[in-house]
Amino acid sequence: MSLTIIYTVATLSVIGTSAAVILFFAARKFKVVEDPRIDEVEEILPAANCGGCGFAGCRAFAEAAVKSDKLDDLYCPVGGNEVMNKMAEILGLEAVKKDPRIAYIRCNGTCDHRPRTSNFDGASTCAIEASLYKGDTDCQFGCLGHGDCYDSCDFNAIEMRPELGIPRIIDENCVACGACVEACPRDLIELRKKFPKYRKVVVSCMNEDKGGVARKACKVACIGCGKCVKECPFDAITLENNLAYIDSDKCKLCRKCVPVCPTNAIEEFNFPPRKIKKEEKEECSTAK
Amino acid sequence: MLKTFKLGGVHPPDNKLSASKPIEDLPLPKSVFIPVAQHIGAPATPVVKRGDEVKVGQLIAKSSSFVSTNIHSSVSGKVKKVDFSADSSGYPKQGVQIDVDGDEWMEEIDRSDNLVKDFDLDGKEIVNKIQEAGIVGLGGATFPTHVKLVPPKGMKAEVLLINGVECEPYLTSDHRLMLEKTHEILTGTKLLMKAMNVEKAVIGIENNKPDAIKLLSDKCKEYQGISVAALKVKYPQGGEKQLIKAVTGKEVPSGGLPIAVGAVVSNVGTAFAVYEAIQKNKPLFERVITITGKGLEKPSNFKVRVGTPTSALVEAAGGMPEDTGKVISGGPMMGRAVPSLDIPVTKGTSGILLMKEEESKRKESNPCIRCSRCVGVCPMGLEPYFLRVVSEKQLFDRAEENRIMDCIECGSCSYTCPSNLPLLDYIRFGKGKVGQIIRSRKK
Repeated sequence: MSLTIIYTVATLSVIGTSAAVILFFAARKFKVVEDPRIDEVEEILPAANCGGCGFAGCRAFAEAAVKSDKLDDLYCPVGGNEVMNKMAEILGLEAVKKDPRIAYIRCNGTCDHRPRTSNFDGASTCAIEASLYKGDTDCQFGCLGHGDCYDSCDFNAIEMRPELGIPRIIDENCVACGACVEACPRDLIELRKKFPKYRKVVVSCMNEDKGGVARKACKVACIGCGKCVKECPFDAITLENNLAYIDSDKCKLCRKCVPVCPTNAIEEFNFPPRKIKKEEKEECSTAK
Repeated sequence: MLKTFKLGGVHPPDNKLSASKPIEDLPLPKSVFIPVAQHIGAPATPVVKRGDEVKVGQLIAKSSSFVSTNIHSSVSGKVKKVDFSADSSGYPKQGVQIDVDGDEWMEEIDRSDNLVKDFDLDGKEIVNKIQEAGIVGLGGATFPTHVKLVPPKGMKAEVLLINGVECEPYLTSDHRLMLEKTHEILTGTKLLMKAMNVEKAVIGIENNKPDAIKLLSDKCKEYQGISVAALKVKYPQGGEKQLIKAVTGKEVPSGGLPIAVGAVVSNVGTAFAVYEAIQKNKPLFERVITITGKGLEKPSNFKVRVGTPTSALVEAAGGMPEDTGKVISGGPMMGRAVPSLDIPVTKGTSGILLMKEEESKRKESNPCIRCSRCVGVCPMGLEPYFLRVVSEKQLFDRAEENRIMDCIECGSCSYTCPSNLPLLDYIRFGKGKVGQIIRSRKK
């Protein structure tokens, strides 16, 4: 074996060893001390990075949670109370309990209900159509149907229905992160209390026009007649700017408001079918 | 060689179908709806109420701040209601609806056609009269004229540019006005010069209107300080900044006003309105509007009272052709399609264009191929393809860095895009949002 090889091996070993020594001390000197709880908290978070908590991802939320002394303002809508309780355990703090929420789309202006009066052929986003003009129907408050909410949803919880012209929330997937609420230029989407079995009773309309104008634009518009307000036994419904609004925290899902609405603007979802009243049944049978 | 601006620009087909049609008076409509916000700035405050009798030229809404204008009744009759009704965007805006009854004018308005050249008012009196008459820039931007005439402190206007370019295809209202009201426009120009205390005025006219160039060049010799500049045809030469560049060779700095280079630009229509306001005591309540389109029976130029429904114009021009795809308020490049024919004509309406179904339909858009044609034609030196992306992704801070607020919305980028991308739609949206952000920052 020639000397060259021996020298080479020796030199490289010396360089390698000294580099290792330097790196060892450098790593000690510049070590970033991080609270190990951040990793623990991040571990239990859903890792959806949706921004629903108001922070730029789950890691940022975990850092903020570890830093703060109480969890009052911090809430992960995706994980819900379960995750928040686990987090509180790790941090030794007390978690706030919140009712789970779910998104509601407050417009039922399908093609059948709301005739198209013009044809928009500009850039296909709701934000642009809303900034240019009132939209392709006569309702200046309703859904534009280009799917800005669909694009904003990271959880596959919104379904576009081109045949109807309006989207639908897929209840099972919605985590109430609020991305669609921000995306909708018409403020049609609202996060409301989540009832068992995804049951919903909602005024599916945001039209603040006077009754006649609203009705002309859309068959199922709220005309602000106030019948539902009188009917509600729990004072959950208010009427403002020709528009009824059901407070989901007060609503007990009695559904009394649904049949009194003259325009069927109040919708119910995921309920068993209503029993047909006896008299009607008899009438039907006699007719036969 | 003819003058023009250097940066960008396109050459859409002229299509000036109504160029040979003299200005006619449109018959009075049965009812008018006069919006109180027809200008840039704060909306005017209505001073009439339901049931009031008004005469032609009577004040019906008072300007509410300095950057705002008075609104006058364009007809005589009874105020039906002060209410909200759809404007050209379809959103309801406040206005005054008047049922027309006869045609009784205010006594002080001189209705004769006599030319009155002489005046002995000083600058301040002229500006006050312009403010009272509710005059706004009639080129389309509707900026209150009296605001323009009072330069900010420390700045001095050196030259007045009268914009007779009319670079939008199809539109001919300014062209006809220059041919038929030559002396009135020149006197109006003199009045504006006096109001601003400038010695020099240049009327910029594009080369596709040789008759107007010849006529005005002849007549302007009688007026000291006024000259005519013939310009090479290029869109958007009628843009304020492009016209300044073409005529004076100076460039308005980004974000600056024309006054920064000592220029003030007014439309020929505005000059005519100034003449009428001062020499004839007539406030601004009617204007010349081109109604045109390839399928239309008789494209024409009408003198129309503000507030007249668009449908009245269409009827007077021979009715709506069956194959109409879009009705556009303004020209084909910068105008906007209107959602219904009930919307009223305002001070800013320069034309109504009826486009056939096949020419109005936008072609399907494809992805951007980075050919940079939009960059080449942008008269403001912007990068439209990039502004589109940042507007679409809502990165408004980057849009602002890339001077989105300098966009004059001329539409050259969308016109030239080989992928048929609606670039201007995105940029307008981004510009609106950035504008909001800037305003909220100032508060």
